[in-house]
Amino acid sequence: MTQFLDIRNLTLRLRGGPIILWSVSLRVTSGMVHGLVGESGAGKSMIGKAVLGTLPRAIEVMGGEVWLDGVDLLALPPRDRRRRIGETAALIPQDPLTALNPSKRVGPQITRRLIDILGWSKSEADQRARTLLDEVRIPDIPRVMRSYPHELSGGMRQRVLIASAFAAEPKLIVADEPTTALDVTVQKQILRLISEMRIRHGTALLFVTHDLGVVSKVCNSLSVLYAGRVVEEAQMPRFFMRPIHPYSRALLAATPTYLDPDGSLQPVPANVIEDVENENHHHALRAGYDV
Amino acid sequence: MIFLRALLTRLLTMAITLFGVAVVVFFLIRVVPGNPIAMMLPPGATEEDIARLQALYGFDKSLLQQFLIWSGDVLRGDFGTSISLRQPVSELVLGRLPATLELSLFALLIAIALGGLMAFLGTLYRHSAAEAAVDVTTGTALSVPDFLWALVLILLFGVLWPVFSISGRVSPSQAFEFTTDFYIIEAFLRLRFDVVAHLLSRSFMPALALAIPLAAIIAQLLKQSLKETMHLDYVTLARTKGYSETWVILREALPNAVLPTLTLIGVQFTFLIGGTVIIERLFSYEGLGNMAIDAVINRDLPLIQGIVILFAALFTVINLVVDMLYVVLNPKLRHA
Repeated sequence: MTQFLDIRNLTLRLRGGPIILWSVSLRVTSGMVHGLVGESGAGKSMIGKAVLGTLPRAIEVMGGEVWLDGVDLLALPPRDRRRRIGETAALIPQDPLTALNPSKRVGPQITRRLIDILGWSKSEADQRARTLLDEVRIPDIPRVMRSYPHELSGGMRQRVLIASAFAAEPKLIVADEPTTALDVTVQKQILRLISEMRIRHGTALLFVTHDLGVVSKVCNSLSVLYAGRVVEEAQMPRFFMRPIHPYSRALLAATPTYLDPDGSLQPVPANVIEDVENENHHHALRAGYDV
Repeated sequence: MIFLRALLTRLLTMAITLFGVAVVVFFLIRVVPGNPIAMMLPPGATEEDIARLQALYGFDKSLLQQFLIWSGDVLRGDFGTSISLRQPVSELVLGRLPATLELSLFALLIAIALGGLMAFLGTLYRHSAAEAAVDVTTGTALSVPDFLWALVLILLFGVLWPVFSISGRVSPSQAFEFTTDFYIIEAFLRLRFDVVAHLLSRSFMPALALAIPLAAIIAQLLKQSLKETMHLDYVTLARTKGYSETWVILREALPNAVLPTLTLIGVQFTFLIGGTVIIERLFSYEGLGNMAIDAVINRDLPLIQGIVILFAALFTVINLVVDMLYVVLNPKLRHA
């Protein structure tokens, strides 16, 4: 079992400001799905951005390593890093309505990178796009490929983006809340589709979400993030049966379930939050960071 | 179909606009003091001579009558005869138009190249000292009007370091025989690139003076739009595909960020053409603007009218072209 993605002690901070990720480590095994859960602002999206090299300029890497397929991305010069990421990883973005270029037809948005970056011929790339669009069950493929994004529905656009993510056979896909912006009825189909595509292509998946229900359906393992810190890392069935960290337990208690739809939902207690924040403070002092 | 209707509506609006311009110009230059006939005759001419000439040019009739006669002629394509040059106005004006068009287009190209480059560099090196340098440069370029830039350029490159010509469209020693008035285009089509280079170097200084303020506005607006676009999701997605930052800016962000700048260029280009009047004078460039100033000095009413109407027609056509380009570049508008 190879660790396809191996993040070691990644620490990020806002340039000249507070630390937003505290020595985070996590591993994604090839072909597996690793969930990254946490509330808004916990820093889960930042991990995805660090892996894909799209961190905002205002954010600075203070330390750590991001190993992707045997290469430490953070040690590469920016140009090589971007190329390396383009060849081995891909993103399924959060909002399908804004993730396609409005002035370009859909077809070229899938095929251009195969031609420009990977040196495929146009007919090979077109054929590949048609195959993938068929796999994500898009009807009338020639028409869709000629369409502009505004001519397609949100669900269709997300299917296009999923097809596009698998186009270059990446070994890792980061899915950043891929269903959050979609209609509830469409969410389920899209989730099923992502799982299906992942299994067919043998791709590892880093699944960023705040929805524990989604995690229970698609993930093999997960990391729970709170206030920029991994508070628990667990294999799948075990986490839902016996969560260890108090924050994980609190988070589960705050999640509605089908089995007990009328059960009262518990807010995350304040002392749990304080504990994690104190841990962060101690950690920072130990690491010699200026807080 | 809808597109065709929109186009017809626009053409009708253009016609109404041009009629309005014709009315304003016709009456305005007649209420301004100054008698063209008096300028033509030597001092000491008799009252009779003046009256005869006035009758010859139709100035003895009432203003309304004059206007009706003139606009009737214009509709038949006859813009009258220049009083000072004694040639048909349409011939004179159309003979000079190519010179001004070539100068304006050259200036526009320089402005787009310079402004686009500055916007690109400012976006590529955003949040750094380089971006601040771009901002300072464009701010300075913008705060000085084109005719002052012309004087600066004349002083620098015409007097202190004379590398460029600062006078005239063609060197008197140039032996090339032109058969049209589009000198640069003609030389280019006849593959005489030495002549093209000569002509471009002659008009480079006036074109640059016209281009500097426009380049600065283009740089500022385009950089702003580009920087906003660089935050959008599809741009982030393009980065994860392995494209370089230069490619991301030029291929992903630019087509979407360029629309407001395009509208601005359309509006500003008409200002630029307006600026040729003074710039052509400063550089002794034989274009419409230079002719306009002479026409005003000589109170050559038919010629002034002809030039102003031509300028107005030019402006409305440019606006139409810009609007159509907008539709081509923005797929969403095609169905609207």
